[in-house]
Amino acid sequence: MANRKDPMGIGLAVLNRIASSPAIDKLGLRKATERAVYQGAKSGFQVAGAANRTFKKRKGSGDPQRLGKTSDSGVFDLTPTEDQQMIVGVVEEFAAEVLRPGADAAEQDNTTPADVLQQTSEFGLTLLNIPESLGGLSEERSAVTGVLVAEALAYGDMGQAVACLAPAAVATAVSLWGSDAQQQTYLEAFTGDDAPVAALAIAEPRPLFDPLELQTTATRTATGWKLNGVKSAVVRGAAAELFVVSAEVEEAPGVSRGPGLFLIESSTAGLTIQDDPSMGLRAAGLSRLVLTDVEVPADAVLGDGSTDDYRECIRLSRLAWAGLALGTAKAVLDYTKEYVKTREAFGEPIAYRQSVAFMVANIAIELEGMRLVTLKAASRAEQGLDCSREVALARKLTAEYGMKIGTDGVQLLGGHGFVKEHPVERWYRDLRAIAVMEGAVLV
Amino acid sequence: MINLETPKKLRGFIKQANQVADNFLRANSRKYDLAEHEYPKELDLLASLIDGMGDSGQGQGAGAAGVRRSDDDELEKNKIKNGTNMSSVLSVIEMCWGDVGLLLSMPRQGLGNSAIASVATDEQLERFKGTWAAMAITEPSFGSDSAAITTTAVKDGDSYVLNGEKIFVTSGDRADSVVVWATLDKSLGRAAIKSFVVPKSLPGIRVERLEHKLGIRASDTAVIVLENCRVPAENLLGSPEIDTKQGFAGAMATFDNTRPLVAGMAVGCARAALEDIRALLEKAGVEIDYDRPAQAQSAAAATFLQMEADWEAALLLTLEAAWLADNRKPNSMEASMAKAKAGRVGNDITLRCVELASTLGYSETELLEKWSRDSKILDIFEGTQQIQQLIVARRLLDLTSSQLK
Repeated sequence: MANRKDPMGIGLAVLNRIASSPAIDKLGLRKATERAVYQGAKSGFQVAGAANRTFKKRKGSGDPQRLGKTSDSGVFDLTPTEDQQMIVGVVEEFAAEVLRPGADAAEQDNTTPADVLQQTSEFGLTLLNIPESLGGLSEERSAVTGVLVAEALAYGDMGQAVACLAPAAVATAVSLWGSDAQQQTYLEAFTGDDAPVAALAIAEPRPLFDPLELQTTATRTATGWKLNGVKSAVVRGAAAELFVVSAEVEEAPGVSRGPGLFLIESSTAGLTIQDDPSMGLRAAGLSRLVLTDVEVPADAVLGDGSTDDYRECIRLSRLAWAGLALGTAKAVLDYTKEYVKTREAFGEPIAYRQSVAFMVANIAIELEGMRLVTLKAASRAEQGLDCSREVALARKLTAEYGMKIGTDGVQLLGGHGFVKEHPVERWYRDLRAIAVMEGAVLV
Repeated sequence: MINLETPKKLRGFIKQANQVADNFLRANSRKYDLAEHEYPKELDLLASLIDGMGDSGQGQGAGAAGVRRSDDDELEKNKIKNGTNMSSVLSVIEMCWGDVGLLLSMPRQGLGNSAIASVATDEQLERFKGTWAAMAITEPSFGSDSAAITTTAVKDGDSYVLNGEKIFVTSGDRADSVVVWATLDKSLGRAAIKSFVVPKSLPGIRVERLEHKLGIRASDTAVIVLENCRVPAENLLGSPEIDTKQGFAGAMATFDNTRPLVAGMAVGCARAALEDIRALLEKAGVEIDYDRPAQAQSAAAATFLQMEADWEAALLLTLEAAWLADNRKPNSMEASMAKAKAGRVGNDITLRCVELASTLGYSETELLEKWSRDSKILDIFEGTQQIQQLIVARRLLDLTSSQLK
């Protein structure tokens, strides 16, 4: 293979891309002209198709390309690699300079500015899990890097972070589970200059939703599959050109062989996008995807459609959400640390009171605990070890304590936490997402 | 490279420790819970085994004495180390999965041994080799406020003369020496507090009585009285100078190394309860599914998942604190974080496991009720939950003890 890079050189490749893209500080975040096409809160139904592109079908020539496992170092270590430190350093700067200052406006607009999306695309975040041989940046799985990047982005703003990471979820899914033909057909678009908008749609809008018990169905037809159902938490659904959708796979009506994933291009007939503005994550442009007798060819099944792949997808998605929770929770910690030391009551900083200081201490303790469990799950995932247990625990912790940190953050600011003058109420709304989200992002 | 798996080189050692814990500690758990103050003679053999492992270099940090931050094995540049703090903590977790009270009764592995390992000079380390050292800090008039020590040490020629009363001395009866905290000059505050290795063979030190307790009954908890006890000056640990700038830091350094161990005790004890309740629940037809949302499963399964998640966080915070110590990075805040999290979830988990098992869990036919009694002390000694939070908060917010009281 020509120009094969050392797998450890991912960071340099990313830095090179960043260096060749417009400087971060030149981003005009408030340019109304560059805002995306729809205003979520206002519009009702909208037929997908505004941003269609055709993906030229290619034939596979053999086995799909797969990323290797990272090797087991055998040493307990919490130090990120130099490459990871570099990537995270850049993303942190981007989060501080661009995402955080733009968070309020992005939320107002129910969308993430096009130049912000363009910028993360130029960073190459979408390419982290695409093999080098297919134009990506990796030879090995990089779930840990994925978590660190999600964390760094969400420290700036979770809503925009989700919008920026959503296409990568689809690219990663095709890379990890797609057939050779699917990789050839779709991944090239993600590695080019004009990466497609794409969304991984797993969730369905109902109580006690379980991704292993789907109501969306894909029933076998003479020529392929027919899909019906409603998907929720679809990131930037109206702009999306490509969806990966989960559905119960039925060989015949009512005869299910478990859930699987399907690749559906937005030009396919029977797709409707419905805006679904929610409590938080408004910059992610959350929508519902309604599938009505959507006919796709037989090869629309992602990879071999195995339930094992699907379970892995669910786990890696939860891991990404855990990573996002870490970033926003850290934002709460740093903000409240500052606030309690400067806010005075009864003649002294409120930080001098144990009831206040202990709340901050517990935010730090729980955050550190959930961070370590999330990193353990990620490192197991990239080493190819069974990570179902660790992912479940990371999810439980980030859902539970993430929300606790969000609500304590508002509490520490009192009435000031409740008003939009401070970002803490937005973090509260964003952190509520962690427990309910499935799909949308992947590491 | 980020990796949170058990270090490869310690996996065999941990397995051995687990077998030892199963056969020597767990096997005698109920026996010495019922026979409070009876000497667990089975441990003598085990202690010899651990000593042997230590001398042969295999048992690196098999017990409490393994927490020394050694200078002679200079860290290779940029090389990450999994050393004796890590192996000690992992070993303590296994042992306390067996039995916390019996681990605390392990000959020559007392908290005093940790103190010696942490702050003794090489000469002292050699001289105190083989001693079984208990730790005596608390007095009747104070608990958490270690600076309020009233036991005095007065220099007289080549000796210090110690006077005072110490309570809650773990292994105070069975150990052959006690690390006693005393003040050289009460008016000089924290800086004047020093620790002394006091052999119990000396005249003037005696065990006054033993406590009857809620849990860890296998471990003796003594009241110790010092009356004009003359201790050789060279038994003072650390520097004899009263450095008001350094203040309490010297004496408190021990805690950075011992708190992760106590956190490990809570982690081990809680794991025992979690494993037991999981087996009981599965027998009762409750499945734990890691891929399904907890709220889509039974309440018992959801409760189990929450407990296991909290447990995992406590475990990893504990390992992080030990890892920092092994790599000579400051770990005071992380040690307190680990102790705070492990202390509270250890107690919460063991109590909830009793609840899940109903009257079966409450009964002495199972060990669940015992673990839920043992776990309480782990959220108290070596600094209570509240003291850990205070330490974390002061470090986090950069506040002094006069600002955040």
